[in-house]
Amino acid sequence: MNDMTPDREERSANLKGMGCSRKRVEDARFTQGKGNYVDDIKLPGMLHGDFVRSPYAHAKVVSVNKEAALALPGVVAVLTAEDLAPLNLHWMPTLAGDKQMVLADGKVLFQGQEVAFVVASDRYIAADAVELVEVEYEELPVITDPFESLKSDVVLRPDLDGQTEGAHGPRKHHNHIFTWEQGDEAGTNQVLDNAEVVAEETMYYHRTHPCPLETCGSVASMDKVNGKLTLWGTFQAPHVVRTVASLLSGIEEHNIRVVSPDIGGGFGNKVGVYPGYVCSIVASIVTGVPVKWVEDRMENLMSTAFARDYHMTGKISATKEGKITGLHCHVTADHGGFDACADPTKFPAGFMNICTGSYDIPVAYLAVDGVYTNKAPGGVSYRCSFRVTEAVYFIERMIEVLAIELDMDAAELRRINFIKKEQFPYTAALGWEYDSGDYHTAWDKALKTVDYDGLRKEQAERVEAFKRGETRKLMGIGLTFFTEIVGAGPVKNCDILGMGMFDSCEIRIHPTGSAIARLGTISQGQGHATTFAQILASEIGISADSITIEEGDTDTAPYGLGTYGSRSTPVAGAATAMAGRKIRAKAQMIAAYLLEVHDDDVEFDIDRFVVKGAPEKFKTMKEIAYAAYNQAIPGIEPGLEAVSYYDPPNMTYPFGAYVCVMDIDVDTGVPEIRRFYALDDCGTRINPMIIEGQIHGGLTEALAVALGQEIAYDDIGNVKTGTLMDFFLPTAWEVPNYETDYTVTPSPHHPIGAKGVGESPHVGGVPCFSNAVQDAFRAFGLRHTNMPHDHWRIWQTANKLGLHE
Amino acid sequence: MIPAAFDYYRPETMDDVIAILQEHGDDARVMAGGHSLIPMMKLRMADVPHLIDLQAIDGLSDITIEGNRITLGAMVTQHDLIAHDGLTAAAPILQETALQIADPQVRYMGTVGGNVANGDPGNDMPGLMQCLDATINLIGPDGARSVAARDYYESAYMTAREDDEVLVSVSFDTPSGGHAYEKQKRKIGDYATAAAAVQIANSGGIVASASIAMTNLSDVPVWSDDAAKALIGTSCDADAVKAAVAAMLGDIDPSEDNRGPVAFKRHVAGVILTRAITRAWSRTTSRA
Ligand SMILES: Cc1cc2nc3c(=O)[nH]c(=O)nc-3n(C[C@H](O)[C@H](O)[C@H](O)COP(=O)(O)OP(=O)(O)OC[C@H]3O[C@@H](n4cnc5c(N)ncnc54)[C@H](O)[C@@H]3O)c2cc1C
Repeated sequence: MNDMTPDREERSANLKGMGCSRKRVEDARFTQGKGNYVDDIKLPGMLHGDFVRSPYAHAKVVSVNKEAALALPGVVAVLTAEDLAPLNLHWMPTLAGDKQMVLADGKVLFQGQEVAFVVASDRYIAADAVELVEVEYEELPVITDPFESLKSDVVLRPDLDGQTEGAHGPRKHHNHIFTWEQGDEAGTNQVLDNAEVVAEETMYYHRTHPCPLETCGSVASMDKVNGKLTLWGTFQAPHVVRTVASLLSGIEEHNIRVVSPDIGGGFGNKVGVYPGYVCSIVASIVTGVPVKWVEDRMENLMSTAFARDYHMTGKISATKEGKITGLHCHVTADHGGFDACADPTKFPAGFMNICTGSYDIPVAYLAVDGVYTNKAPGGVSYRCSFRVTEAVYFIERMIEVLAIELDMDAAELRRINFIKKEQFPYTAALGWEYDSGDYHTAWDKALKTVDYDGLRKEQAERVEAFKRGETRKLMGIGLTFFTEIVGAGPVKNCDILGMGMFDSCEIRIHPTGSAIARLGTISQGQGHATTFAQILASEIGISADSITIEEGDTDTAPYGLGTYGSRSTPVAGAATAMAGRKIRAKAQMIAAYLLEVHDDDVEFDIDRFVVKGAPEKFKTMKEIAYAAYNQAIPGIEPGLEAVSYYDPPNMTYPFGAYVCVMDIDVDTGVPEIRRFYALDDCGTRINPMIIEGQIHGGLTEALAVALGQEIAYDDIGNVKTGTLMDFFLPTAWEVPNYETDYTVTPSPHHPIGAKGVGESPHVGGVPCFSNAVQDAFRAFGLRHTNMPHDHWRIWQTANKLGLHE
Repeated sequence: MIPAAFDYYRPETMDDVIAILQEHGDDARVMAGGHSLIPMMKLRMADVPHLIDLQAIDGLSDITIEGNRITLGAMVTQHDLIAHDGLTAAAPILQETALQIADPQVRYMGTVGGNVANGDPGNDMPGLMQCLDATINLIGPDGARSVAARDYYESAYMTAREDDEVLVSVSFDTPSGGHAYEKQKRKIGDYATAAAAVQIANSGGIVASASIAMTNLSDVPVWSDDAAKALIGTSCDADAVKAAVAAMLGDIDPSEDNRGPVAFKRHVAGVILTRAITRAWSRTTSRA
């Protein structure tokens, strides 16, 4: 049955199943401006909310005078913490086990913090009224540095006064949040103490922001007659929002409907719960009419979840030949005013403990200290699984530093330390079990494609030419080999606010042989409606074009934990395949009945069941679907539906090999990306075109972060990068031509072997761009310099190395 | 990013524009392409209760080249500059500069008049106009008057223009010799980290005349007479260029911002000017 006769080939192609570069079904509406985003929702009588925000990073709120604002025609209400307190909604729990002010309760902890919520009949009036609310502040000392914070007498969070135990164990200081330790400290120290070679480095992974093109917002509509609350919003996890909204408001969960309409990018920024959501709900309950809140770009950059801000210190030991023997990592994590990280509950530093990377490191130790400062809360995973970008940047920089220490080629150093193909499944020193990998093959392919040896030769010649004064440009070769950990995750160790991180799919086959499938995830641009239909097409033999994929409406979609951390394909994709298999099992019984043979005598063949050995006797899935609804089949219920809740047995571990070639103008600090090669292994490839698109997007966001994108504060906590003039969002102009490539190492535990790819390019791209910049200066003695590598910092590096005269 | 309420006017004659300006004083402002003014209003950094749109006024969008004199109407867009072949032939530095301003979308809207009148040290046209020794032509309640671009800028956003005056055009002599507009920026749509406008004339291998202006390196554009003088009479050799750079560095006064600290900006200003002079000079010799 397995020969691909022309007929079978055609039937298979008609399915547009897995492996086909099916065009994105979403794009027709997106490219024609017909998307339906939160701000497109307009309801009769709808009011508009806007925030009064703190200009100060740390201050007492002495008083809030609403009178002038309330006197402005069109202003309906001005809410403050005092108004929310009777409902116990002036504070809310964070995903990280902390709590956060919804509206300033006596003080503010960061610039841009929400102080009062103005509700008016018109968006413009709301904005005018914001200016009329008079807030009296009394400035307090500002702390923007976590190390200083841990030494300071200033108590940032008096609400936690005397609380020596936090959500993740003991607190060492009044501005300390948690210490998270993983691995074997004594064992690691012993190895380091006795090692032949040890390289040490301190690095700062700067604060940045996911900056989705669509900012955050919500529309709440409380129907007081039937007691139902409907909430539309920019939610990467609509079901979790429903549960949280129910727990917070006391409204029973069946009376809350949460809808994520089209979302214009999330990248982790839309995982958490923001004061704006809460205030729109409260305002709708108070006023009895729908209330919309949509933040602007500056509000998004200044107050919604940031990413990174990790101060990392590493020690890595090796033999003289370069075999790594141990790794030690300490992180001081700046969480801002509240700990609002979006990580699985038991992982306050996410999966930072994947920081042993792609290497066979016998012993390791990681400790992370979370600290409060006067900066915005957040700490989300910007286009990565929980803190994986930080982990990969850390190890890929440590490898480079070790290569310098050993005076060794960094590609070779990686090669001799990779986990070998035959070691998988591999248990890393910090506990994770890597499912599958073939790193050597990927690495060799990458180096060969870019002619690595040739590049190094050219680079050496360039250095000589530079020294002779013939050029002012240096050449950098950035290398990165990354392993991600995505698809959170097994319910046994991953939950968010107690909800296990399974995911789900529910399928209904219609009588005429088309179908709808609903999932617990929500696309923010990833193309779920395209790819999940392809998975299903291959599983159930119905063309992807005849399958609608729907997500985001909690009244209709099965419960799921949402989309972030590349979990949709590993978890909901698996649920989709499993639900498809249930459909197929029932279809098999129906087919056997229709063909008048035993169940075991039919087999699935692309889009039909055929009688074994007699392929001319068959029933197509279309015929089977019809039969499921139009005839009584003994012992089988009518209908053709299935639902699957999938609890993955393990994470998946995509990996990749990236090379970047850069020319750097030493005098102006301007880097020019000559070449970027990205080899990704995401296991089974569902839609190569979408994979390509995801890689381009992730690499571009990696370029941004490595070369300039940051949320910078001055000494008194003012955000210096609050608009897109200063916050770097690359355009087509700044982006090089990417070369993509792949190997395929399926996940052994995933039903279709897929691993997730949306975030790999970001995770691998950041260290690759950074390594290219740093590598350019290696010949002149540079060991490490921090990102972002914008013009002036690159210039400064050159300057410090004495390259200007 | 929601502006405060404002009244919108779209008068059809210049007299009406001036009447409205006179009536409302500094509560009124004219708007050309709106690509500097509207963002400021949205950020509520500019409060403009009376906004006067100039789009309906005739005769402000002409590019005229008469003999040796070039005049650009205030409402000529940056895109118009790029697309005008006659202008590019007569004064190629305009196209070279305009292509380094913002992006195509902004250039379709942004005007010469708005860019010159705005008074933002980041704008590229003011330095260019100083390099070209342009005249800025204004009209007001008391009639027309002209101010040299080199005298026009007082400090950031403060210019010689009175509140009730409108910029109608800029004019300058057809430049001779080689040109270059060199700009370093962080990304498309960014203002200059440092930019240099250079015109040089070559007479038998010797610099006959030169004009040099720098952008975003002080609170006003910097026309550096000393830098130009350092070149004149030389063969534009490395030493002369060094001397010009040293003179220019004496005239600029950059401040630290997200683009970088002062030392970096001064260094880059030197590099950018060196490159601009070199390119402008190479264009003279290649023409000769
Ligand atoms: C993303 C972006 C990037 C940009 N990058 C650059 C850049 O790299 N370089 C650069 O130079 N510019 C840049 N700009 C600015 C752009 O060129 C503006 O269009 C220009 O500065 C102002 O021209 P405008 O016609 O839009 O003027 P408007 O915004 O309409 O007006 C600007 C100011 O000039 C006054 N004004 C306008 N016309 C007249 C007149 N005829 N008489 C008197 N006063 C007048 C207005 O009252 C206002 O105060 C950028 C703008 C944007 C949005």
